[in-house]
Amino acid sequence: MSDTPYDMIIKGGRVIDPALGFGKDAHVLIKDGAIAGIETDEAVFGDIGNATVLDATGKLVVPGLIDAHVHLREPGREDEETVITGCRAAAAGGFTAVCCMPNTSPVIDNQETVMFVQDRAEVADARVFVVGAITKGSQGKELSEIGDLVKVGAVAITDDGHWVENSEIMRRAMEYSKMFDIPVMDHAEETTLCAGGVVNESFESTRLGLTGRPAVGEEIAVLRDLALCRVTGARLHLQHLSSRRAVDAVRKAKAEGIRVTAEACPHHFILTDEAIAEEFNTSLRVNPPLRSADDREAIIEGLIDGTIDCIASDHAPHAEEEKDCEFDHAPPGMIGLETTLGLVKTFLIDKGYLTWADAVAKMTINPARIFNLPGGTLKQGLPADITIIDPDRVWTVDAKKFRSMSRNSPFVGWELTGQVYRTILNGRIVFEQDQ
Amino acid sequence: MSRLASRHLLGLENVSREDLTLILDTTDSFREVLDRPIKKLPTLRGVTVLNLFYEPSTRTRISFELAEKRLSADTVNFTTSTSSVKKGESLRDTVQNIEAMKIDMIVVRHSSAGAPYYLTQCTKSNVINAGDGSHEHPTQALLDMYTIRKKYGKLDGLRVVLIGDIKHSRVIRSNIWGLKTMGASVALCGPSTLIPSDVEKFGCDVYTNLDEALEGADVVNIMRLQLERQQAGLFPSQREYTNLFGMTRERLQRLNDNYTIMHPGPMNRGVEISSEVADGDHSVILPQVTNGQAVRMAVLYLLSGPEAEGPEA
Repeated sequence: MSDTPYDMIIKGGRVIDPALGFGKDAHVLIKDGAIAGIETDEAVFGDIGNATVLDATGKLVVPGLIDAHVHLREPGREDEETVITGCRAAAAGGFTAVCCMPNTSPVIDNQETVMFVQDRAEVADARVFVVGAITKGSQGKELSEIGDLVKVGAVAITDDGHWVENSEIMRRAMEYSKMFDIPVMDHAEETTLCAGGVVNESFESTRLGLTGRPAVGEEIAVLRDLALCRVTGARLHLQHLSSRRAVDAVRKAKAEGIRVTAEACPHHFILTDEAIAEEFNTSLRVNPPLRSADDREAIIEGLIDGTIDCIASDHAPHAEEEKDCEFDHAPPGMIGLETTLGLVKTFLIDKGYLTWADAVAKMTINPARIFNLPGGTLKQGLPADITIIDPDRVWTVDAKKFRSMSRNSPFVGWELTGQVYRTILNGRIVFEQDQ
Repeated sequence: MSRLASRHLLGLENVSREDLTLILDTTDSFREVLDRPIKKLPTLRGVTVLNLFYEPSTRTRISFELAEKRLSADTVNFTTSTSSVKKGESLRDTVQNIEAMKIDMIVVRHSSAGAPYYLTQCTKSNVINAGDGSHEHPTQALLDMYTIRKKYGKLDGLRVVLIGDIKHSRVIRSNIWGLKTMGASVALCGPSTLIPSDVEKFGCDVYTNLDEALEGADVVNIMRLQLERQQAGLFPSQREYTNLFGMTRERLQRLNDNYTIMHPGPMNRGVEISSEVADGDHSVILPQVTNGQAVRMAVLYLLSGPEAEGPEA
């Protein structure tokens, strides 16, 4: 390492660190891959020697963003995404860390698969925190060796993609998880009510003749899991909330002191089921489905009042040929790592729903606390994972520029405001925006 | 170029009153042809039509095929039983391969809602929807509307009751859009478990009591009950369905003398409709089938190029 006091100085940006309650123009100092300090007065750090100076004037400097819900598809579907390409997409979207879901092939329900993903992530452009399966093969029948998973670094458990239908198994999973103080993440859609459904149940499903997944399916799943959370005292993290009553239920549970947290995805606070319309665009096929305008409002209200703790992408890459088909044959999910930040700026911050500090908290310190991750703040001594944002840059989402191997985004062609300028991982620039 | 606003017929939701009127007027001319000793016109000579049927169908397929043949089109049939679908070929690849053999128009029946729209994105051919999932079945609704108009001389102001599985019926959806555009008033009636979400947004009156639904009706269009819906738990038994929604002569006594009974077929006699009603004086069930062919001839003609000769030729 160099002899100079710092390796890199990010100069002149507006530093926003919700965890530190910090929000003013300042310089961020990096030494040996770690945060060496935040200084408002240039004179204080004096001689910069041969440190790299990154001019961040007019930019926002925030802790490296964390996406709590990402599908990296490795092992098993390396044609759709790999740990390396998914992390490249993360870096391009301003994320320095992702939590990856276990619904790979094979399912991440054992130590070897956790370590396989971790091994792949060693040279990746983002940190990867592995989430293990609640049940073996995510079949909902027998608990995975959760202790084993946690021992090698799994940060949470989920059977994402499926709800754990068996209430007894879910209860035991919650009780068991308490020994390790990890959250149980939950894809809350009651199975029988949602069977065969491909869109929200509403006038849109009626009009288009598509089978609905009713919002009441989410409500029932959320209510059961909140009830189990209450009796077990476990930590429950509800994934991708999409409906008003589910948000209401979480709000009430939080007021009661139940240990629940929740996340929402950009598509659920931006799009509604009316977008599907006559074109049957398979990029809009997602679980839980796009819902009504009222549900979308409720997600935004939940984000504003803190009922919803995190903004996560549910980045779900799918091969082009699998989405190029009849609507109800298309697999659910859309990619999101590279659009989330611009969508948050354009549809939450610019609309006056969230401040930058609120939005950043939902993508940094909140997920860091829920999943007990290092980072999410620029506290001195922590690894220098930093995202620099050009808050006013207007750009158009271009599928050809995606770092992700997949293209299944409904936001292609959209004009967004706010874009990543630089992404820094361990003090190293891992993504640099074309100017 | 098509003589209609669109070069495809995917549904009736967005078809204007002008275009519906043009289709129905054109049907009149073709309907007359069907009563001639020689029921053949050169209209689509040199045009190749693919009948792409991903779902079993007897009457719609035969009706389209005959309509095409009476217009002198070359036709080729593709059905799932003889297709490469089972080999895992995608819809896009299947249709592009057949189109590479120089196809001009595609008539498609598919179990997935939206599949006809998807085809328009994969091919250059004109696409006619012959039924997509529970979404639309425009030519069925057009033949229903034609049959009604032929009898009453108008659609405006008539009261049409559609009875049955509203949730899964593409025939009902297309009828709703077409009839409403033409100024008819539409009532829907079926078991509450087969009435889909927010159905009132269609702008129809919705009933679960058949006698109430029949009040003031001019036309009663009865849908086939898919017996597998019972297995899916959507109603307790066929017997109970028949008791609540089966059409009998007694039920119809309250109607005016000039009422009309329709059914898109195939009928479950004794289930949704009694034989007495199906075969009674008010039934136009067989004329519907004849008119269906004329409607399909009209649609094929209107969507084909301007060089196609009309029925007067």
